[in-house]
Amino acid sequence: MEIPYAAGATRTPRASLPPAVSTLEDPDRDDDAALLAGLRARQPAAFERWVRREAGRLLGVARRLLRNEDDAREAVQEAFLSALRALPQFHGEARLSTWMHRIVVNAALMRLRTRRRKPEQPIEDLLPAFLADGHHAAHPCEWALSPEALLGREETRRLVREAIDHLPESARVVLVLRDVEELDTTTVAGLLGISAGAVKVRLHRARQALRALLDPHLRRGDL
Amino acid sequence: MTCREFVEFLADYLDGALTSDESGRFDRHLAACPSCVAYMKGYRDAIRLGQAALLSTDEPVPGAVPEKLLEAILRARESAP
Repeated sequence: MEIPYAAGATRTPRASLPPAVSTLEDPDRDDDAALLAGLRARQPAAFERWVRREAGRLLGVARRLLRNEDDAREAVQEAFLSALRALPQFHGEARLSTWMHRIVVNAALMRLRTRRRKPEQPIEDLLPAFLADGHHAAHPCEWALSPEALLGREETRRLVREAIDHLPESARVVLVLRDVEELDTTTVAGLLGISAGAVKVRLHRARQALRALLDPHLRRGDL
Repeated sequence: MTCREFVEFLADYLDGALTSDESGRFDRHLAACPSCVAYMKGYRDAIRLGQAALLSTDEPVPGAVPEKLLEAILRARESAP
């Protein structure tokens, strides 16, 4: 299986957000070489160590894309087997963790493509409306609280996740890949088989739609 | 610049992908349009809320591998060619 990886493909740095989860720390860097040697030598202990090191994080990635626990676990399982098959073609162009991240994203996207699509609200219904002269049809209001104040509440996190789940899938996937998994536009375009321009349009629409879904709750200070 | 145009190119503006002339037009529109100031703030906040909500976890040990998943992966490896 060809693993789509572009040398130099980057994660987009994310400003002013809590650290740690969004960056790949390097305690595993020294481990990579020894781990790779063990994997290429088909050592069972190396494989188990690799799974224990990566699977939890990869499960989080798969969950965010698939929103179904069974599917997410199966995607992670498929990802490890795919990675083993592709190992002869991996020459250390990227960190092992980065490479695995890409593989599990691919595995999750392949699962999404085989799923039956449920009826979705057209994203156009969630985009802002404008008058003939270009002014907002409904004047936007600022939200009552900052993200930092809101995110301490489980109710907010649940609301936001539900709003993201409500997005049309093509929009939701781009939002997750770009804004959460921090894959750059070119990489996302390759993974989805669409143009970079299409990625940008979908992302912008997804963000607008998310704002629209959250607005009725956050402007009233419900949370 | 209209509000419609402002919203249409908002992502490029926030990404710093506009020319200085174009950014200047955006800045001038923001200075005169409280509605677009509010819209932009909500747009940015929605991005941050989405990121943080999806990355937060309620699991007791974030990043832990469920043992059943580990076992399934190891079993699959054994039976793979």
